[in-house]
Amino acid sequence: MSSPAIAINFAYVISAALFIFGLKMLSSPATARRGNLISAVGMLLAIVVTLFSQGIDFKWILLGMIIGSVIGLVAALKVEMTSMPEMVALFNGFGGISSLLLAWSEYHQHPQLSIFIGIVASLSAFIGGVTFSGSMIAFGKLSEKIPSKAVIFSGQHIINAVILLTAVLSTAFFAGNAESLYWVFIVIVVISLIFGVTSVIPIGGADMPVVISLLNSYSGLAACAAGFVISNNILIVAGALVGASGIILTKIMCKAMNRSLANVLFSGFGAKPQVAGDGPQGEVKPATAEDVYYILEAADSVAFVPGYGLAVAQAQHVTRELGDLLEKNGTEVMYAIHPVAGRMPGHMNVLLAEANVPYDQLVEMDDINPRMDSIDVCVVIGANDVVNPAALNDENSSIYGMPIIETHRAKTVIVLKRSMNPGFAGIQNALFFGENTRMYFGDAKASIQALVAEFKSGD
Amino acid sequence: MEAVFLTFVFVLTIFLGFELISKVPSTLHTPLMSGSNAISGITLIGALASLKSANPEFAIVLGTLAVIFATINVVGGYAVTNRMLEMFKKKDEGGAK
Repeated sequence: MSSPAIAINFAYVISAALFIFGLKMLSSPATARRGNLISAVGMLLAIVVTLFSQGIDFKWILLGMIIGSVIGLVAALKVEMTSMPEMVALFNGFGGISSLLLAWSEYHQHPQLSIFIGIVASLSAFIGGVTFSGSMIAFGKLSEKIPSKAVIFSGQHIINAVILLTAVLSTAFFAGNAESLYWVFIVIVVISLIFGVTSVIPIGGADMPVVISLLNSYSGLAACAAGFVISNNILIVAGALVGASGIILTKIMCKAMNRSLANVLFSGFGAKPQVAGDGPQGEVKPATAEDVYYILEAADSVAFVPGYGLAVAQAQHVTRELGDLLEKNGTEVMYAIHPVAGRMPGHMNVLLAEANVPYDQLVEMDDINPRMDSIDVCVVIGANDVVNPAALNDENSSIYGMPIIETHRAKTVIVLKRSMNPGFAGIQNALFFGENTRMYFGDAKASIQALVAEFKSGD
Repeated sequence: MEAVFLTFVFVLTIFLGFELISKVPSTLHTPLMSGSNAISGITLIGALASLKSANPEFAIVLGTLAVIFATINVVGGYAVTNRMLEMFKKKDEGGAK
């Protein structure tokens, strides 16, 4: 190694340390922002020292970085908080495709690869390609550009198995004699792009938290593999950190749905409509804004339970306004958040933070359930399956065993809903027919606005 | 031998990553994801180092595209994470107005 190269690699060690510190500081909301900045400084340091490498082409680098920075900044500053899941999916995909392109470019420059480098180059291209096309499908589903329902086609598992097998065989074939097998590399790239589509398309909207976490992990692993191709430690370290982070999030999300990863990826959950007339039936008790106002006005403690419907209706700001009015009225207010509520991990927390809800009012599922009996009113806003008591007591239910926020144990439950349509899992919710439940129909945002108006005129 | 050394680094970092991330509370999962997503834009470093003036034309095209996508990932990822984390406030910081 020449001495500038050694200096550059020492700087990478510092970058790696900054990434680790940055991630560590993400473990508390108080230090998280500084942590992100520290991690960004680590990245900046790595970029700057890399520009001292010998023989690099500044013209194209400058062009690429300017275009990339402008697109990245504009997208990041313009995006609505409710659209955050698709934004993250999009960025994720871009990370994946750049690993693919890097591996390709390296191979194009030096086609004589050793067997090991041949394997990691095809891995980098394959994982990168899957991350890219998979993320684009996830982006399409999350932004409703393509139907978010699970799309099942016959022979799906067989097709995916054949694709994977072809990928493994191509890699083995390619690595043995990389120099004369340029076309096999192209085959691997094409297969990876197809596989990303066929593996994500069967996964429905509400399972997206798992998919995004998994794709996040892939993008890290793709960067890692690219690091092996060019023997670069910083790519391996940073990529492995992201890979590990994605795997952990995936595990947490699966656990919160009481399903295995294999079940999420392969079952096409929610694609089959439940037989009509199945599940609990009964009489629902609708309530008007005035009824709900009187219930809330008299309550000592109120827990809001938000779900994806809150994001769809953009109701986070009015919800906070209602929360503030309740607090002024002497009511204890909290926001109980299920780990898989929304379309990505922590989706609801970000929306409520946007609406200025202080994070100490956000309560996790495991903290609210033990004290549920003492809570006067639960207001369920656009959540369904995560509050369905069938998960606890109906062994035949497809969501049996999934941990839920046990709102049915509160003294009164108010459910805001557009209509009686069943949720993502396609099963009817016994909560709606409960003795202590009132259904408050309408668009979530308009409904809460009506309550706010009631409170203001009541003063 | 280098392959062994790099694999060593890889395996140890995976364990470190598990240790670090399992302590992140669920409130911060979205920023964690977009922040770690920005870190995965580290491919940019590789793309910069491999974009040499002596490269054949097609490799330059691939390399420039890699730089563009990775930069979007890095810049966009950090910016959006910062924007989200800015909003997380405690009550006494005037969170609830």
